[in-house]
Amino acid sequence: MTYAKPNFRHPALAKNEIGFSKRDYEGALSTLCAGCGHDSISAAIVQACFEMSIQPHRLAKLSGIGCSSKTPTYFLGNSHGFNSVHGRMPSVATGAILANKDLIYLGVSGDGDTASIGMGQFVHAIRRNLNMVYIVMNNGCYGLTKGQDSATADEGSVNKSGAENPFQGIDLCGLGIELGAKFVARSFSGDKSQLIPLIKAALKHPGFALIDVISPCVTFNNNAGSTKSYDYTREHIEATAAIDLVPYKSEITIDQLEGSTELIQMHDESYIRLNKLHPDWDPMDKFSALRNLHLAHSKNEILTGLIYLDTDSKDLHEILNTSDTALNALSAEELCPGLDVLDKINESYR
Amino acid sequence: MSQTIKVNDLVIRFANVNGTGSASANNMFAKAVFRMGIPVTPKNIFPSNIQGLPTWYEVRVSEKGYLGRRDGVDIMIAVNAQSFPTDVKNVRSGGYLIYDSTKTLDPEFIREDLHYIGIPMMQLCVQHFADPRQHMLMKNIVYIGALAALLNMDVKVFEQIIREQFAKKEKLIPGNLEALQLGIQYAKENFNCPLPLRMESRDLCGNKILAEGNNACGLGAVYAGATVGSWYPITPSTSVMNAFEKWCHKLRIDSKTGKKNFAIVQAEDELAAMGMVLGASWNGARAFTATSGPGVSLMSEFLGLSYFAEIPAVLIDVQRTGPSTGMPTRTQQSDILAAAYASHGDTKHILLFPSTPTECFDLTAKAFDLAERFQTAIIVMIDLDLGMNDHLCEPFQWDPSKKYDRGKVMTAAELESGKIFGRYLDIDGDGIPYRTIPGTHPTKGSFFTRGSSRDEFARYTEDGDVYARNMNRLLKKWHTAAKEMPKPEIVREEKSNKEAVLYYGTSSYAALEATDLLDLQGRRMNAMRLLSFPFPEEVKSFIDQHEKTYIIEQNRDAQMRSVLMQELNIHPEKLKSVLQFNGMPITADYIVRCIQSEKSFIPQYEKLELAESLHS
Ligand SMILES: Cc1ncc(C[n+]2csc(CCOP(=O)(O)OP(=O)(O)O)c2C)c(N)n1
Ligand code: SF4
Repeated sequence: MTYAKPNFRHPALAKNEIGFSKRDYEGALSTLCAGCGHDSISAAIVQACFEMSIQPHRLAKLSGIGCSSKTPTYFLGNSHGFNSVHGRMPSVATGAILANKDLIYLGVSGDGDTASIGMGQFVHAIRRNLNMVYIVMNNGCYGLTKGQDSATADEGSVNKSGAENPFQGIDLCGLGIELGAKFVARSFSGDKSQLIPLIKAALKHPGFALIDVISPCVTFNNNAGSTKSYDYTREHIEATAAIDLVPYKSEITIDQLEGSTELIQMHDESYIRLNKLHPDWDPMDKFSALRNLHLAHSKNEILTGLIYLDTDSKDLHEILNTSDTALNALSAEELCPGLDVLDKINESYR
Repeated sequence: MSQTIKVNDLVIRFANVNGTGSASANNMFAKAVFRMGIPVTPKNIFPSNIQGLPTWYEVRVSEKGYLGRRDGVDIMIAVNAQSFPTDVKNVRSGGYLIYDSTKTLDPEFIREDLHYIGIPMMQLCVQHFADPRQHMLMKNIVYIGALAALLNMDVKVFEQIIREQFAKKEKLIPGNLEALQLGIQYAKENFNCPLPLRMESRDLCGNKILAEGNNACGLGAVYAGATVGSWYPITPSTSVMNAFEKWCHKLRIDSKTGKKNFAIVQAEDELAAMGMVLGASWNGARAFTATSGPGVSLMSEFLGLSYFAEIPAVLIDVQRTGPSTGMPTRTQQSDILAAAYASHGDTKHILLFPSTPTECFDLTAKAFDLAERFQTAIIVMIDLDLGMNDHLCEPFQWDPSKKYDRGKVMTAAELESGKIFGRYLDIDGDGIPYRTIPGTHPTKGSFFTRGSSRDEFARYTEDGDVYARNMNRLLKKWHTAAKEMPKPEIVREEKSNKEAVLYYGTSSYAALEATDLLDLQGRRMNAMRLLSFPFPEEVKSFIDQHEKTYIIEQNRDAQMRSVLMQELNIHPEKLKSVLQFNGMPITADYIVRCIQSEKSFIPQYEKLELAESLHS
């Protein structure tokens, strides 16, 4: 079976700054279950990239294995994609980023993919501060292999077969902050108005940007007792800092700021506008961010929004001090030392 | 005891304690032989530990130019008390034992059939040097001096090497020169110098170099234009990436900005290392990794993806004994099957088999061309012996007019001109499709890389026929590759010879010598050296020509023989095995014994005892 969408484009479709319509950011028809949270996230990615006028061919999408990792087929059809192996997207992304620092990298993973088989690579992607957006489509279960508990399933959460999860769940946001990620956010697949700005801000962030998105699995984990179901999430959601991306060109007048709003400059001089909904939220304060995550957890609440942000971030290429030219664009002349040098090397072995 | 004079033909073994600075002194000895124009083969025989345990260094000197190991030690420098009992046993009858006579020799170690040369090494050092660290280091130079006198070697050569070695620490030169003289003087005053075993300068090394395989692989990657290297430490492959890094620091720093035209990442494990290679290659950089057997196992899933999704990758596999950790500092050729068929599903990988450091350089560079040409993983199969020992070999060569073969990459202009692009479409009929590098064109040529089944346009499908069609195209690509692989080296091919030997990698050194020894017994054999898998057609026709072919390998299960039978459909009766797998480089004598006895027996000789003594 192959699923492809017709190429027909309605002439009246709105265009963005670079002349693309939203259809240009879509991909093949989704084969996920109807109602799967992952499809909403794909839609949010499409919307964010459309609004940001990203050139689709300058963005590379990478994923591991799982229902969530299938989604790159369903968005940005004009971008190169790499659906790698289970849990190992971060290493593939590392290589890709090393080869060409000039593309935009969007990684998509599942909670099984990231928090179990891929935990090691996830941790090291943060440690190396890859310049990428890393979205976890977190449904607390393994969708593709039919509903086993994942490592992010909360203790006591009940899966479809009625079994209670006896183990503690891993909080990827807390872990991300602990490991030094400078952009950490959580959202809910059903909350477009929050998710889209978060994706846009993450794409602007010059380093590893983690977005953990609660994305209920309608088929295997949308039952009573599951803490990753639609109902549970809606009932227990607690927003933190909501954000908006202010494009570079728009005029910024600080006067407009209200008490709870703050402008934060990103590396390309665009701004994100932060609306602090949670009374004692300061996303630039690591300790309070971690404290509030723990606090929310103890109250069975799910904090969403931008949880932690530090715009002062040195990405992998800066850390390694690699050339300004992308490594894949260096010419043979720049790379091959030539025969004379080789003769000298030979001499040193005599 | 025989006193016939033997010139430029001996095996000398140094028995030292790991971590006492003996390595550089022993190296100095091998280098001096080389600089006297005499073919020399040094081998490190070292335990898997950092300090304190026995370590050996063996040097074979061969006027005839044989570069394999040879059985039997003529001279033993036994300065390690721990291994002394075994070291005494391992000297061949009529040989020499050089020991530190600062302490008197225990009579239980006196063998009637040996010559004993006692040099009070420690005592001489204590008399002439002040600090205790120097006593230990200079002791090594003292025995080198003694050897120079005993073997009648050119002292100036040693002096020159000392000056070069300490060029950056000039303070150390006088002391080393003094220690050298102490050894020379003591030997001259107390023994009949030279011994019947001796050295004479020759001009048998031409413009050859003395180089190490791993280093040559690292250099080859630099010349090939590799910009991304990722790895996880494992003996004996670690020095490949160390070498790459060293050469990159010398040759690849942008002089204007001080920035690096390369990126090296020590990965969190071998899995990640291979993932990075695939990500970088997919994105248009030349990338590689190096590992040994256990790492290959971890890389397997990605190797399968490389094969099926058609992503270039270069892997240097420096083989050691297996399975599992085996003896991590000993050599073997035992990853052949694991590498050839690594991964799940129908998968096979292109393997290259260098025999010399020169070929390590050439074939590593070639691996990058092949990886991009065939869009698949290329595994360069070397072993500890080749990787971590110096070998006398031809100088490295580079053709300045050579262009990198980037394979079938469709450019923006080609896409724009309306060329059909189907990622897995066999346009040229050779099984090799076109790829595009991410970021090439705004609306054309993007595709989705995945391990799931897909059609010619990279669209997901579970249609069985489409899957099978793709698998058959991959096979076609494999056959195309076979035609472009480095050809086997036909060393001897005489019509009248009914038997032949076939070998690869480091077995070549001993195999060549073995055919000469067999000649002397009137058993003339043809010989062929393999350089690649898939096998070029010459391999099958060579085997077909002979009634019997002996495959010489350093593993237990005759792994290359299996691959030959399987891939070339050769009757098992026609292929005999000579197998050695005790972790030591194979010797000519051993090959001859196997062929004479028509058996591939398990070697029961000295090296196994050596290994066992470590644990006693
Ligand atoms: C090495 C390996 N082991 C196991 C699998 C089987 N597998 C495929 S997807 C998956 C789990 C997916 O769960 P998750 O990442 O949470 O994604 P979801 O399907 O829930 O979106 C597993 C175990 C595999 N593909 N590869
Ligand atoms: S099984 Fe669950 S995660 Fe997978 S597509 Fe269906 S709803 Fe989504």
